[in-house]
Amino acid sequence: MISTASPQRAHYLAGLSLFVFILLWHGIASWLATPVLPEPIKVAEVLWSEIHNGDLLHHLGMTLFRLTLSFIIAMILGSALGILLGRTPAIDHFFDNWLIIFLNIPALVTIILCYVWFGLSEVAAILAVVVNKLPNVIVTLREGAKSLDKDLLEMAQSYRLSRKKILTQVIWPQLHPYFMAAARSGIALIWKIVLVVELLGRSDGMGFQLHLFFQLFDVASILAYTIAFITVIQVIEISVLKPLDHYGRRWQR
Amino acid sequence: MTEINLSIEQKKFPKSSQPQAENIIADLNLNIHSGEFVCLIGPSGCGKTTLLNLVAGLDENYQGTIAFGAPRNDCRIGYVFQNPRLLPWRTVRENIELVLPHDTPDHTVDDLLASMKLTTVQDTYPQRLSLGMSRRVALVRAFAINPDILLMDEPFVSLDAPTARKIRKQLITLWDQQQHTVLFVTHDLREAITLADRLIFLSSSPMTIVRDVKITVPRAQRFNENQIEQFKNQLLSQYPDINHLL
Repeated sequence: MISTASPQRAHYLAGLSLFVFILLWHGIASWLATPVLPEPIKVAEVLWSEIHNGDLLHHLGMTLFRLTLSFIIAMILGSALGILLGRTPAIDHFFDNWLIIFLNIPALVTIILCYVWFGLSEVAAILAVVVNKLPNVIVTLREGAKSLDKDLLEMAQSYRLSRKKILTQVIWPQLHPYFMAAARSGIALIWKIVLVVELLGRSDGMGFQLHLFFQLFDVASILAYTIAFITVIQVIEISVLKPLDHYGRRWQR
Repeated sequence: MTEINLSIEQKKFPKSSQPQAENIIADLNLNIHSGEFVCLIGPSGCGKTTLLNLVAGLDENYQGTIAFGAPRNDCRIGYVFQNPRLLPWRTVRENIELVLPHDTPDHTVDDLLASMKLTTVQDTYPQRLSLGMSRRVALVRAFAINPDILLMDEPFVSLDAPTARKIRKQLITLWDQQQHTVLFVTHDLREAITLADRLIFLSSSPMTIVRDVKITVPRAQRFNENQIEQFKNQLLSQYPDINHLL
């Protein structure tokens, strides 16, 4: 039998599951008693001191800066190109192969090539992330642009709406769900790639720090940084992306 | 309002370049006076919607001419499609305001919403409306721009009879005030006799004019069922060839 959970009960369950997770972690860690799996309390201490001495905030800030910049570039560029391809079959046919090639280049290869060709610079780092994310955005938005409602476009045409109105009031709301899908999967993809980019060719950021801790076998710091990062990404998801998505769907039944 | 002069030599579908393209309109000549209410009647699928799209300028792939009394860009066209075609992400009011020209008087939308009894739902999103209400919103949208030409593609199909009757009355009231030139597609002969000045009977594949009939029932008698029935029977006995078009 399926029982329906009230919102409070759902929150309670979510909290409980997190608690059980930490308890389990603590149990295993104290049973194994090994430096490569520190207990939660140890990780919390490291997290606290790293926040306090400013290191974590600096590196987290650098990573978030790269993440935000490359995310914005990839979303704007990808949306524009996606809409262009979706609306112009000839261009779409021409570039389809290119897209497939770019979609299938491993992230690591683009990162290495960007560093080799453009040097170990900030620009190369951002470029590598953008190139990794861009094809995904293009493909998603292209699907959206292809499935635009012809009826509504005809309506707009027969009532002679201006180009601006057609774009903002008729086309964009239809692309919004595709844009949000690209944005949410984008954040998840980009932050993983940013770390690799930093690990390979930057002297700050989360990726750089994790690499450092790896060489020192400092698992507590690795976990502390991971927790900080997951928290920040979740906050972005809950405070920015979810409300945006919700706002875009307000008219739905 | 404006007159419409249609002279369509040929219209193929889907596209004249494609091998399976068929002639769906051929040698169709029709002159509609300014302010006239014309009903197009023909079997479903015969190309009536295509014809309206040609007049609306949505499809330019045909041979022939469609001329209005004024240059095309000066003519406002209100189009009531078979489906309401409202933007689901805009409220009822926003949907109407979206298409308004700048010179629209402020009270226009309020008056029209009130006359269609939509005032209470003006801030509602279309997906939460019944089909009948959505259709009324689409009508208001078409009227609000004070069109020179009003194109209507079976706007009352699938509405229940009392609602349809009510909206027909409202349509005539509004048309009386504004006197647009109306092209109204239907395959309901009674509806056509109730509304129009003139009936155009169309055949299918390719579509062409079979009969062009003026309605002699006075406007005041139009909502009298017996009068309509009488005119309909008279029409069918006079022109037996239109029977198979209905």
